[in-house]
Amino acid sequence: MPEGILCNKQVVDTKEKLNALLADKSGKQYYAEMKLLDVDTKALWATLEKTCRSRLRTWLEICAHCGMCADSCYFYLANDKDPKQVPSYKIQSTLGEIIKRKGKVDNDFMRMVMDTAWSKCSCCNRCATYCPFGIDMGVMLGYVRGLCFAQGFVPWELKIGSGMHRIYNAQMDITTEDWVDTCEWMAEEYEEDWPGLEIPVDKENADIIYTVNAREPKHYPEDLAEAAILFHLAGENWTVPSQGWEETSLAMFAGDWGACKIQVESVYAAMDRLKPKRMVVTECGHAYRATVIEGPYWAGLKSGKTPVESFHYVEWVAEALRTGKLKIDPAKRIKEPVTYQDSCNYVRNAGLGDCAREIMSYVAEDFREMRPCREHNFCCGGGGGLNGIGLYRQQRNTALKVKRDQILATGAKMVVAPCHNCWDAIRDLEEVYKIGIRWTFLKPMLLGMVEVPEHFKPQEE
Amino acid sequence: MYEFVTGPLAWLSFGIFFIGLLYRLVWYIRGLNWQMDRVTYSVNVAYGIRGALRSIFFWLVPFGTHSWRFYPGFTILVFVFHICLLATPIFLMGHNVLLLERFGFSLPTLPEGLADVMTLAVIVAAVFIILRRIALPEVRILTKPYDFLVLAIAVAPFLTGFLAYHQVGSYDFWIVAHVLSGEIMLVAIPFTKLSHFLLFFLSRAQLGMDYGIKRGGMKNKGMAW
Repeated sequence: MPEGILCNKQVVDTKEKLNALLADKSGKQYYAEMKLLDVDTKALWATLEKTCRSRLRTWLEICAHCGMCADSCYFYLANDKDPKQVPSYKIQSTLGEIIKRKGKVDNDFMRMVMDTAWSKCSCCNRCATYCPFGIDMGVMLGYVRGLCFAQGFVPWELKIGSGMHRIYNAQMDITTEDWVDTCEWMAEEYEEDWPGLEIPVDKENADIIYTVNAREPKHYPEDLAEAAILFHLAGENWTVPSQGWEETSLAMFAGDWGACKIQVESVYAAMDRLKPKRMVVTECGHAYRATVIEGPYWAGLKSGKTPVESFHYVEWVAEALRTGKLKIDPAKRIKEPVTYQDSCNYVRNAGLGDCAREIMSYVAEDFREMRPCREHNFCCGGGGGLNGIGLYRQQRNTALKVKRDQILATGAKMVVAPCHNCWDAIRDLEEVYKIGIRWTFLKPMLLGMVEVPEHFKPQEE
Repeated sequence: MYEFVTGPLAWLSFGIFFIGLLYRLVWYIRGLNWQMDRVTYSVNVAYGIRGALRSIFFWLVPFGTHSWRFYPGFTILVFVFHICLLATPIFLMGHNVLLLERFGFSLPTLPEGLADVMTLAVIVAAVFIILRRIALPEVRILTKPYDFLVLAIAVAPFLTGFLAYHQVGSYDFWIVAHVLSGEIMLVAIPFTKLSHFLLFFLSRAQLGMDYGIKRGGMKNKGMAW
């Protein structure tokens, strides 16, 4: 069977296809079909000839096989220094081999490549910072994900996720109506406690256009309310777009570059339509990476920048604290030891490490850095889509060990994790390893400690 | 024989060396693509240059990066090997005598004893690099016969040069072997992993531009390599 009904080389761009995939519990049929999927070796080689250019080929060719990338990789460390987890090995045995064989690889090989690209690498790019030649194996395995996706070898959840982006312009099935309703509902729900609270939709020329992760309206709508309250307290003139509100990109995790483009263009269109001064995105690492860092390239924006200047939530919080828009009640600062999880996507790969330290200086009395930290921090263990892939749950749980040990070494029981993936990974880490920690996003933490001027409080009857 | 290897063959090898490297340079730069590499090479240029220079500079300094500091023993090995490998032939008395005879100019020269020590350092470092390759599982799994061949090509001129200088056995044999192995190295540089002679700088510059332009360089003080 060259192509499966569910597992094939087609993109998911209709609700019928999407529903068929969703109905296949845990992707049982999907993965069974994958074992029979043909590899279109000609198309694979044609793609390589066109897109695997001097940068990637040089990386593959000049790798000195020195092994200095080994200890940079948390998968290598978490798997008792298994040599097969050395980043250089992972890329040489996949992309290197495909090129050597001029694309003539079989189904077994492609499934091994898929396992490598998704369960042995979360594209955290830490190895790139340890290679003397600057070989970025995270970038290369991201590229390999694209090759796999085009051939139909992609984990079930990510095939669904990329389809969601194509159909809903969001990683989940949330329509424009659902989204706007959620905004209205949250504003009403919290209006009593916060007189004058609004979630303005589609307001033109606002100072800030705020964009989110679809999980928030879907599963944690109070996150949206918390964002609104903090903007309200800070006196920001802000808005959310009715369309183009989703910043995440499971398409990026899937290697579906076509869907990546569709997704970020929906956000850029909202910027063009509403003409805000700047954009702020919620506490999500890969959302920022996708829409702000990589997105302009997918969309072909030659400046390499988003249509309006874009900020991660940590940048906004740091600025609000610095300028006094938000003031922390000194009595409510965190007294216990607390540590901070640097998200690879906006720290190592976007340079926002300083913002985190600035925020912690306002809110914590006993802030303890993980070692290593900042640009050299380890991935939480669930990045790159790994948190969401059932097939690789065991590999993910093993990978969490490095973060577990880092947190334990700080002695902190509280972890601030302003990134959805990190937050999930740390929650799961506690569930699996039970080390007695708590974790939080910035918003609920800040709400518990900001000073609220009298006129923001409800009037007593 | 000596006249042939130091005459026409030398010209040929230097020719291949320079033209080969020029080809690699042009091939590399022409192959870059702002959209596929996701780096705006020709926009935000100042940030790109700053990123490239930082990325090269810190990696040229012994212990200048987190990675070099993480592997102190290997770092010493790598720097001793490369510094001696590059400096010894360029500043060797014998080579500069040849330069002066044939081209009428010469460079400052190393004392002969020091040059001897540096030659030995290349050889000893290479031995340790080989032992490391065999001993460490994370390096062994990456190692291919080709890696030993490349190392042999790089070290052969030092070994033969040392034997010739100290006249171990037949000087005439070793000096011809020395010149030949040097020429093999020159020719191999553009076409093997030894191309990192040039591509180290290009690859580092590229990743540096990536960090300098896209991955935070426009918002922070620059990547802390």
